[in-house]
Amino acid sequence: MSTAHATAGDPPGAHLPEHPDFLWRTPEPQRSYDVVIVGGGGHGLATAHYLARNHGITNVAVVEKGWLAGGNMARNTTLIRSNYLWDESAAIYEHALKLWEGLEEDLGYPILFSQRGVLNLAHTEQDVRDSVRRVEANKLNGIDAEWLGPDDVAKICPILNISDDIRYPVLGATYQPRAGIAKHDYVAWGFARRADEAGIDLIQDCEVLGFTTEGSVDDGTARVTGVRTSRGDIACGQVALCSAGHTSTLLDQLGVRAPLQSHPLQALVSELLEPVHPTIVMSNAVHVYVSQAHKGELVMGAGVDSYNGYGQRGAFHIIERQMAAAVELFPIFSRAHLLRSWAGIVDVTPDASPIVGRTPYANVLVNSGWGTGGFKSTPGLGWCLAHTIATGELHPYIAPFGIDRFVTGALVDEHGAAAVAH
Amino acid sequence: MQLIDCPWCGPREELEFHYGGQAHVSYPPDPQALTDEQWGHFVFFRDNPKGPFPERWVHGAGCRRWFNAVRDTRTHEFLAVYPIGAARPGVPGGDA
Ligand SMILES: Cc1cc2nc3c(=O)[nH]c(=O)nc-3n(C[C@H](O)[C@H](O)[C@H](O)COP(=O)(O)OP(=O)(O)OC[C@H]3O[C@@H](n4cnc5c(N)ncnc54)[C@H](O)[C@@H]3O)c2cc1C
Ligand SMILES: [Zn+2]
Repeated sequence: MSTAHATAGDPPGAHLPEHPDFLWRTPEPQRSYDVVIVGGGGHGLATAHYLARNHGITNVAVVEKGWLAGGNMARNTTLIRSNYLWDESAAIYEHALKLWEGLEEDLGYPILFSQRGVLNLAHTEQDVRDSVRRVEANKLNGIDAEWLGPDDVAKICPILNISDDIRYPVLGATYQPRAGIAKHDYVAWGFARRADEAGIDLIQDCEVLGFTTEGSVDDGTARVTGVRTSRGDIACGQVALCSAGHTSTLLDQLGVRAPLQSHPLQALVSELLEPVHPTIVMSNAVHVYVSQAHKGELVMGAGVDSYNGYGQRGAFHIIERQMAAAVELFPIFSRAHLLRSWAGIVDVTPDASPIVGRTPYANVLVNSGWGTGGFKSTPGLGWCLAHTIATGELHPYIAPFGIDRFVTGALVDEHGAAAVAH
Repeated sequence: MQLIDCPWCGPREELEFHYGGQAHVSYPPDPQALTDEQWGHFVFFRDNPKGPFPERWVHGAGCRRWFNAVRDTRTHEFLAVYPIGAARPGVPGGDA
């Protein structure tokens, strides 16, 4: 077969344009770094960027077992919001949202951040009470939030079915106008490009298999001296674990227990459609959330598959249930075709809040447990973790999220704001 | 959807079952004697291995009985099912 551009004798593909420039180098790992970040997802890359940008620390490696941002960063549904209940959560998620609002400029890279608002629906009297309470809590924390009745909900999202004649009628919704979506790959590439420009090594295809350590946990002298990787040993001054669903497997290597459970979390998209859905709609009660991507796909998700799993796939009945919920809320979707579905591995905690902070090893920080909702925190977490690495002081926004809260009882229970909601 | 082999009813669809998390975590015989740390660990901390995992399931839409299983969390494949109270069986490829 020949095309208009190919001439006889040319090798196949000779007429194709040159491969575009890579956005970052592909360095060989050095023998040692001041800081090694384990995991090249959004959190690892954002931490690297802010280490360089805010603190001038660039003798840093981000080591990633696969390709950059191919884990949950590639698989999430990109919802960004800060309307969580408790002060601790509001502080870090709102910090992140403010950074999102200036991120395109900071990174010098398009991230298609679109602040189209989020409606969190209420379907029962108890939902209504909880929602109104959350709106008031948000307002006290300076977060934009309103309670809307069904008619006002329909003004914002006209395709939503607000009739009484459905199984779980819409009794109202909370609304956060500054919430939105962004293009997850562009976000990762933007952070990666900036970190690389600053001289940070982004090392792909490099799995951390274990650690070299000294001292003892019992007398508080334990330290990590390096990471053992599939590409050799790398010595390091500090380690930050940003390995999301796989964090337990690394902590197990160090003999550190954490209340993390890894679950499959699925999402799906429809074929490309004309713009029909102007905002984001989430429902904890009927268990679905929907937005429409820039290209036109309806993007939907729901809760985790119930069992622990590292398989990056889930069961079809989860998809079936979320489609049933979606079609009842949005009758117009009944003709849309499902194009593809996929899963990531999310690390879930007992109180639906992250586990970030110190470990029994003096120079190892852990950042995990963001579960189903850590995309939105990407810049905020990166900022605070970089601060903690650079100064040795826990940033106040992450301080409440230490693992010790499961012993002291100072939980940050966000099941209401985070359950299905991402 | 995968089939789960209920020890009493035989293979039935996953939809009929509910997950109960890690198996073999017994209630402390003298809870008052535990330190805060030990109690916190009993309440909140569970293993999270990538590989064979002993766990509890209930056949909620069938015989409504609980049982244990060893399942590989990488593939989601069930390697063994066994009654509550029985010791964890050794399974091929397992780390038992
Ligand atoms: C289907 C789905 C939908 C979601 N929707 C939303 C949403 O709408 N809004 C939201 O805020 N959040 C959402 N999330 C959650 C969000 O994606 C995660 O909380 C967040 O991406 C986690 O941080 P990360 O980007 O650093 O993780 P990841 O991108 O998973 O990065 C972790 C990296 O660590 C690497 N790694 C693991 N072990 C090792 C090792 N031993 N050595 C080297 N590298 C290693 C992995 O390969 C991976 O690349 C969703 C998640 C999923 C799966
Ligand atoms: Zn049965």
